[in-house]
Amino acid sequence: MHNLHDLPRTLKESCFRLGKTPESEREESQATFHNLFLHIHSVRVHVRTLRPTLTFGLGLMATASFIITIITGVLLMVYYKPSTDLAYQSIKDIHFTVSTGRFIRNIHRWSAQLMVLVVLLHMARVFFTASYKKPREFNWLVGLGLLVITLALSFTGYLLPWDQLAYWAITIGSNIANSPREFTDAIGITKFFDPGGLQKRLLLGANYVGQDALIRFYVLHIFVLPLALVALLGVHFWRIRKDGGLAKPEDPPGGLAEWGGERRPVFQPLATKTYGLMALVKGKRPPVNRGPENTVMSWPHLFWAELSVFMVTVATTLILSYYYDAPLKELANAAVPENPAKAPWYFLGLQELVSYSAFMGGMLIPMIVLVGLALIPFLDRRPGGEGTWFGTSGERSVFWQSLLFACAVTVGMLAFTVNYGWLRSWFPNIHQVWIIAINPGSLLVLIFAAWSLFILKRNDSVRLSAVALFTCFLVSFTLLTYFATVHRGPNWHFYWWPSQWPVH
Amino acid sequence: MSRLDPPRVNRRSFLTLASLGSFLAAMGTAAAGMLRLPNPAVLPGPVRRFKLGPPEQFSAGSETAFTDQNLVLFRDDEGFYAISSTCTHLGCTVARSKDGFACPCHGSRFNSKGGVVGGPAPRPLPWLEVSRAANGDLIVNADNEVPEGTRYSV
Repeated sequence: MHNLHDLPRTLKESCFRLGKTPESEREESQATFHNLFLHIHSVRVHVRTLRPTLTFGLGLMATASFIITIITGVLLMVYYKPSTDLAYQSIKDIHFTVSTGRFIRNIHRWSAQLMVLVVLLHMARVFFTASYKKPREFNWLVGLGLLVITLALSFTGYLLPWDQLAYWAITIGSNIANSPREFTDAIGITKFFDPGGLQKRLLLGANYVGQDALIRFYVLHIFVLPLALVALLGVHFWRIRKDGGLAKPEDPPGGLAEWGGERRPVFQPLATKTYGLMALVKGKRPPVNRGPENTVMSWPHLFWAELSVFMVTVATTLILSYYYDAPLKELANAAVPENPAKAPWYFLGLQELVSYSAFMGGMLIPMIVLVGLALIPFLDRRPGGEGTWFGTSGERSVFWQSLLFACAVTVGMLAFTVNYGWLRSWFPNIHQVWIIAINPGSLLVLIFAAWSLFILKRNDSVRLSAVALFTCFLVSFTLLTYFATVHRGPNWHFYWWPSQWPVH
Repeated sequence: MSRLDPPRVNRRSFLTLASLGSFLAAMGTAAAGMLRLPNPAVLPGPVRRFKLGPPEQFSAGSETAFTDQNLVLFRDDEGFYAISSTCTHLGCTVARSKDGFACPCHGSRFNSKGGVVGGPAPRPLPWLEVSRAANGDLIVNADNEVPEGTRYSV
C-alpha cells in the first residue's frame, strides 16, 4: 500500500536519474551524461560555439526539420496507398477528408523544403568558416553524403502523389539515369557497355513508368533513404563530438571569456593530467593536457540555444503550412506533359543544365561538382582560419571578386545562349559528341576551374582558390535556379515574366 | 632475391590473409547476389502495337496525332509513315509546332521529319514500323524503329 502511494514519485525517480533540476556544475554535468538524448553533447561547451553568428543554428535547423518530416511522414503513411490507381486519390483524401490531413501534409512538405534550403546554407557556412579542416575532413564527406540523400529524399517524395509533376519527374529522372547512353550511343558502344540502361531498369523495374517504378521509389523514400540518412547523421554528430566540437580558432593563452556579462574562471592547464578515457585518445582534443578554459556548462546554456532553434524551425514550418498549401497537380497523364514541365526549385538549376545535354548536365557536371567539393579538405590542408567567417587574409576580397566574376560569366553565358542558340542551332548535323563536350554547362565548369587556378597562382593559397571555386559554384547554382524559375516558359523559351507566357 | 626464392610467409599471416580474403569474397558475392534481385528478369509493360483503323480514313497529305499512343501518323504520295512523339532527350511528349515538333521540358526542336534542329536531343525522333492487320487495319509497332524515309504503301 505504501509502495503504491509512492508510485508517482518512484516512477519519476526511475525515469530521471538525477531526479531534480541540477543546482551545481557537478549535477549539470550528470544531467547531461546520464541522459541518452543529451549525452551526445559534451558536458562543457566553448563560448565561441554558442555565438549565434558562428553557425546560425543551421545544422540543428536541418536536423529539426528532418525530425518533423519523419513524424509527419509516418502519419501520412497511415493513409497513403502506393499504387498508381490509388495514390492520387489517397492524397486527395488526406487533403480534403482526413482530420488535420491537409495541415500534416503541408508540414511534411514545408519542412522538407526547409531542410533542403538549410542543408545548402549549412554547407556554405561550414565552408566559409573553414570548418572542414583537419581533423574534420571526413565529416565534410559525411555531410556531402547527407546532402545527396536529402535531395534524393525530396525527389522520391514528390513522385509519390502520382500527379503530373510526379509522372513526368519519374520519366525525366529515369531517363537522366539512362543518359550515359547519350554518350555510349554517340561513340557506338551501347551494345557492349550500357550502364545507363541498367540504372534505368533498376529504377523503373519495367520498360515503362508505372506501378513497379512507384513501389521502388516508395521503398526508397520511406525506408532506404531515411535509414541511410539516420545512420550518416549518427556518424556526423559523433564525429563533431570526437573532433572536439565545432571548429574554432585556438584560444589566446590565459584569455578570459566573457559570458553573460561575467568573466569565467580560467582553469590552470595541467601538463600531465588527462581525463578518464581521453588518455587513450590520440591527437589534439581539447580536454587533453589543457584546462577547459573559455567553456561553459552545456546545461543549461547549449540546451536553451538548441531548444530555441528547434522552436524557430517548428514555428516557421507551422506558419508556412498554415498559409500555403502543398501543391497537387492534375492526375498523371502519360499523353501530355505540362508546358513548361518544371522541377521543384532545388532541381531547376540542374534542369537548365540538362536542357543543354542530358548526360553532361544530369550526370557528369553534378559528379564533377560533388568530386570537387569532396576534394576541398584534402587539397586545402594548411591550418588556419577555422571557425571564423572568412578567417584567412584576403578571403573576403577573393569572395567578392569571385561573386562578381561568376555573376558576369553565368549571366553572359545565359544571355548568349538565349540570343544566339548553341552548336545545334548553327550546325544541325553536328555529331552528338560535340554537343556533350562543348555546351554552356561544361564551359561554365571550365571557366570556373580556370578562375580558381588563376587565384591559386596569384595568391599561392589553396584556401583562396577553394573560396573562389566554391563561391562560383554557389553563385551559378543560385543564378541558374533563378533563371529557370522565372525566365523559362513554355517549350523552355526565354520570357521576361511568366505573365508573358502564351495562352493556349 | 630471385623469383624462385620468394620471401617466406609464415603460417599465421598466411591463415590470417586467407581468412580475411575468403571473408571479403563471401561478402562480395553475397552483395552481388542481392543486387541481382532488383534487376528485373522480365520487363513488364503494355503491348505497344496499335491498331489505327482502316487506311482509307487517312487522306493523302494528312497527318493524324494519336496522343494516347504517343505517335503521329503521316500519309503522303509514297505511303504511310509514323513518327514517335516521345522526345529522344528525356522522354517528354513533344507537341506539333509550326514547322515540326517542340519539346515542353527542355526545349528540343525537331523538323517535320523528326530530325533534330535545336536543343539537347541526341537523336532524331524515331520512325516506327507500319504494317497491316489481317482485317486490313493499319498497325504501328511502337517498339520497332525503321530507318527514316521508310514508307508503307497500301
